[in-house]
Amino acid sequence: MTEEIDAGMVARRIAEDGDLSEPAPGRNEVGAARRRKEDARLVTGRTRWTDNIQLPGMLYVAFVRSPMAHARVTRVDTSAARAMPGVVAALSGADLAGEQGSLPCAWPVTEDIVLPDHPPMAVEEVRYAGEAVACVIATDRYKAADALEAVEVDYEPLPAVLDMVKALEEGSPKVHEAGNRSYVWKFGTGDVDAAFRDAPVVIERTYVQQRLIPSAMEPRAVVAETDGDFFTLHSSTQIPHILRIMLAQVTGIPEHKLRVVAPDVGGGFGSKLQVTAEEVILLLLARRLGKPVKWTESRSEGNLTVHHGRDQIQRLALAADADGRLRGLRVDLLADMGAYLMLVTPGIPILGAFMYNGIYKMDAYDFTCTGVFTTKMPTDAYRGAGRPEATFAIERLMDELADELSLDPVDLRRRNWIGHEEFPYTTVANLTYDSGNYEAATDRALAVFGYDKLRAEQADRRERGEPVQLGIGVSTYTEMCGLAPSRVLGSLSYGAGGWEHASVRMLPTGKVEVVTGTSPHGQGHETAWSQIVADALSVPFDDVSVIHGDTSSSHKGMDTYGSRSLVVGGIAVVQACDKVKEKARHIAAHMLEASPDDVEFAGGTFRVRGTDAAKTIQEVALAAFAAHDLPPGVEASLDSEATFDPENFSYPHGTHLCAVEVDTETGATRIREYVAVDDVGNVVNPMIVEGQVHGGIAQGVAQALFEEAVYDAEGNLLTTTMADYLLPSAADLPEFTTDRTETPATSNPLGVKGVGEAGTIASTPAVVNAIVDALRPFGVKDVPMPCTPERVWRAVHGGGS
Amino acid sequence: MIPASFDYVRPASLEEAVAALDGAGEEAKVLSGGQSLLPLLRMRLSYPSVLVDVGRLEELRGIRDEGGHLAIGAAATHDEVVRSPLVNAECPLVALATATVADPAVRHRGTFGGSLAHADPAGDLPAVAVALDMEFVIRSSSGERIVAARDFFVDYLETALAPGEIITEIRVPKLGDGWGFHYEKFHRTAQAWATVGVAAAVRVSTQGGRHIEEARVGLTNMGSTPVRATEVEAAVRGAELNGQAGTNGSGGGGSVNGHPRSQEGAAPGNGNGAGSAPHGGPGPRGALRQASELAAEGTSPPTDLHGGPGYRRHLARVLTYRALGTAARSALGG
Ligand SMILES: Cc1cc2nc3c(=O)[nH]c(=O)nc-3n(C[C@H](O)[C@H](O)[C@H](O)COP(=O)(O)OP(=O)(O)OC[C@H]3O[C@@H](n4cnc5c(N)ncnc54)[C@H](O)[C@@H]3O)c2cc1C
Repeated sequence: MTEEIDAGMVARRIAEDGDLSEPAPGRNEVGAARRRKEDARLVTGRTRWTDNIQLPGMLYVAFVRSPMAHARVTRVDTSAARAMPGVVAALSGADLAGEQGSLPCAWPVTEDIVLPDHPPMAVEEVRYAGEAVACVIATDRYKAADALEAVEVDYEPLPAVLDMVKALEEGSPKVHEAGNRSYVWKFGTGDVDAAFRDAPVVIERTYVQQRLIPSAMEPRAVVAETDGDFFTLHSSTQIPHILRIMLAQVTGIPEHKLRVVAPDVGGGFGSKLQVTAEEVILLLLARRLGKPVKWTESRSEGNLTVHHGRDQIQRLALAADADGRLRGLRVDLLADMGAYLMLVTPGIPILGAFMYNGIYKMDAYDFTCTGVFTTKMPTDAYRGAGRPEATFAIERLMDELADELSLDPVDLRRRNWIGHEEFPYTTVANLTYDSGNYEAATDRALAVFGYDKLRAEQADRRERGEPVQLGIGVSTYTEMCGLAPSRVLGSLSYGAGGWEHASVRMLPTGKVEVVTGTSPHGQGHETAWSQIVADALSVPFDDVSVIHGDTSSSHKGMDTYGSRSLVVGGIAVVQACDKVKEKARHIAAHMLEASPDDVEFAGGTFRVRGTDAAKTIQEVALAAFAAHDLPPGVEASLDSEATFDPENFSYPHGTHLCAVEVDTETGATRIREYVAVDDVGNVVNPMIVEGQVHGGIAQGVAQALFEEAVYDAEGNLLTTTMADYLLPSAADLPEFTTDRTETPATSNPLGVKGVGEAGTIASTPAVVNAIVDALRPFGVKDVPMPCTPERVWRAVHGGGS
Repeated sequence: MIPASFDYVRPASLEEAVAALDGAGEEAKVLSGGQSLLPLLRMRLSYPSVLVDVGRLEELRGIRDEGGHLAIGAAATHDEVVRSPLVNAECPLVALATATVADPAVRHRGTFGGSLAHADPAGDLPAVAVALDMEFVIRSSSGERIVAARDFFVDYLETALAPGEIITEIRVPKLGDGWGFHYEKFHRTAQAWATVGVAAAVRVSTQGGRHIEEARVGLTNMGSTPVRATEVEAAVRGAELNGQAGTNGSGGGGSVNGHPRSQEGAAPGNGNGAGSAPHGGPGPRGALRQASELAAEGTSPPTDLHGGPGYRRHLARVLTYRALGTAARSALGG
């Protein structure tokens, strides 16, 4: 028994298994299903997670959090807590008011946006349940937890603001003095009034994207330390580089005196794309106390205070001709910001603005988004960030339009999508889709799914009035990945660029270190980047190591989110390799006493064309290190770096088909078949792609069926544990059938498009479309998400939603 | 989530455990598998001064055949119960329901007695206890007493246990021949508690046409305590089973369960799917269905994120019908 759970043995097995995934001799590494080289240490825990870090003299921080959604803080008394055993300090927001600054928002989407002050610890007013009001610092985490109860806080309740529609009404209680409307952002092309005027069909719907809680496997944790002059912050973050810049600005610690480290990080899904109150406070505490400090959240604390996702009301209208051809689309969003604007809060719905047209052609488009303050946890990026919402809206509308016109939903889509011969295609939202083949992906999906057979079974069950009905959901999606061309970000008022950086250094022994500015937290970059470098430099896969996540070793980067790492960061790696190769060619030519123009590189060897004279790249690396005889003007190293800024986004697409069985007597839904055919361009590692697709689908299914953050009428979060906030496990999900078509991206040399968010974006509408399709005979046109058994049952028996 | 500080004792015998509880007074708590108590402590919803760990006491472990009943040790784990040949042979309903509790990790630690003592009406075992008329053997410094299941569950998370008392074993009466059993649990994910659950035991007679002679029905999560659906039990007595199982497509529809994997491969409309009701024709089908319609009588189900009272009452009726049908079929050896 003990042998079975021995961590070292697990690690060895994974490593040994890795050999099985080696490409055949002579084949490229790119494209091989390499086992992930980082997994042995990740799954055995033989690595450094932030909470594992133990430093001499370390103190532990715990936060007193508001039990109220909205209140004035009239008194915070920490004296009793300070008297408790082991307590070193206890501080209120007021105690830190002079130095804590305001948490940053890097994306003020409009000129006149209301951007309220956001103190890391509340000073005068709390605006959501869970907001920090004080902290206790003690010699161990148990003493810190005990002392929390001794901090006395007096609150004077203020009215909670929970409903976005009511929040915008005249006379609503205010979250902030300046009002509950943060911004109104508009976008449009074409003559949308003309498109709707005299349109034979107009489908109007309101959909609600419920509030979600990102649930990374590893809770957030922060460790801060200082020697009095220089500061190091370890955090379970996706964005060490951005965090460093932001923390320097907030705390006044000069950027060059601050190092930020993201050790191994156990998932993020956007929730760790943030500058958090706890990160700022721990840095300030390290400065104040001169001791290392640590904070690790509990799951319940996380559910309250990890930024939430989605939470939008989508008011939609789609105009079409009688044959189903789309004319125009109107989108009017209310987006719940929560109580404050955090790092990219206001920009999330705006990211979706360019995706509401999906893969379809239409004449005109009009988009308005109103950002609304409520007394809830702020929202921000969550897997897909704006694009799942957009895809859900258009894919639900397409099914509704098909129903209205009595067309097959696949047929309706065919009539409207961009044909493969039409690429590059500039959409109604002014994006230029570089490549794609929607016909190929859809045809493959239909065949694998057995679409016609399932439709026949559906008809049969309807005919017989069976209590268990079958529904089929279609979702043909695309998304914009590879965030982002810096020029586009600039035009959208984003505070930074979207480039990525890499450096590649060949060591004297011929091994290779790759430094990347991306910051993996589960994606497998170490493996994929090694495969790319192995091919580019013709070195063995195992001779490459990847360095990331520490601003002192990886000094430049834009980090990991928005399916950008491979599409932007991977290209920087390729370009850095090209420079190394070029430099090596010069050195090799010098060594071979030939002209660089006569030297070619193949199979890891520089060879004078038409001769046997050759040097391996490893020999060149050693020569560069020795530097005894380098060509004039060549520096003694085989290092290079590159920064890549994409010209365009990339556009993965695909067709997901879902068959559900809905028990109309209980409302229970069972997914019977799920087929995903994704086109993510060229594939570096099919196993990693498969993993991303599986996890993505699970997360999208979870939005459709299970997850919802629920606040009660007073603004208390009810879903603080996993007993209430339901995450599906493998036992709750079907086998996914996955397949791919490969239409290379034309916007980058690897032809890759990104895969991190595809599954999540595609699957939510596939599942909800299937449920509604099952219930059409009952007059049902919508079931609000998550489609719980009770809601499904009510939809059936209420004759509609 | 860190509990407030508490003392911990692990007595070596039941005698010592009783003494330890006695000395500690009202603020002491018995600790068994910890699967319900520790979450309460961690959320600081309970502040005991001392935990008396009975989980490893030999006297509280094991499952014995006592002739007319099985004696299940209070500290027998869920996993031991599920795997016990005795339980599966003599009191299969207990094994069926216990197998739906949580997940393997929780079942390896959580105990039969702890689960019942916790008295969560959403727990799966209390309904089985009332359906089968189990008896609780309870020890304290003043001796031993026996409490019937119907008197044991007092209110939400509240039992007849007084401070200082320890359940040592639970007696599960054997029902004898001719019975069939089923536990129908409706939940949203595999690890979730029951939105509603129905424990059914049915004795079927084949003398003079197949009919139900006797039934026991317990309901999970339909009130602050487990509910015995006595009106269903009375109404279903004598209900005929005409043996046309599966012939009427609209008869059952019992195969889509709360979570997708729960009935692997059981596509509705075939196998034990939509036709799972043990009777097809309108008459007898009506009898079982009509009896099941009484399932929600006198209940006061809770409201939570998984459903309101109206929905739960509806579920109780549908699930009772399905549970009775499946139990009857298993009584008939099918
Ligand atoms: C993730 C999770 C999911 C779960 N899902 C389910 C589910 O689906 N269905 C379900 O039924 N249950 C579920 N449970 C609860 C589980 O069944 C617990 O094991 C059980 O409720 C408690 O048993 P225990 O031995 O762990 O008791 P403990 O947690 O140790 O104690 C529970 C209570 O019983 C008292 N107690 C324990 N033993 C005795 C005794 N011998 N005499 C007197 N008092 C005693 C304790 O003082 C305490 O008040 C779940 C638990 C978890 C953690």
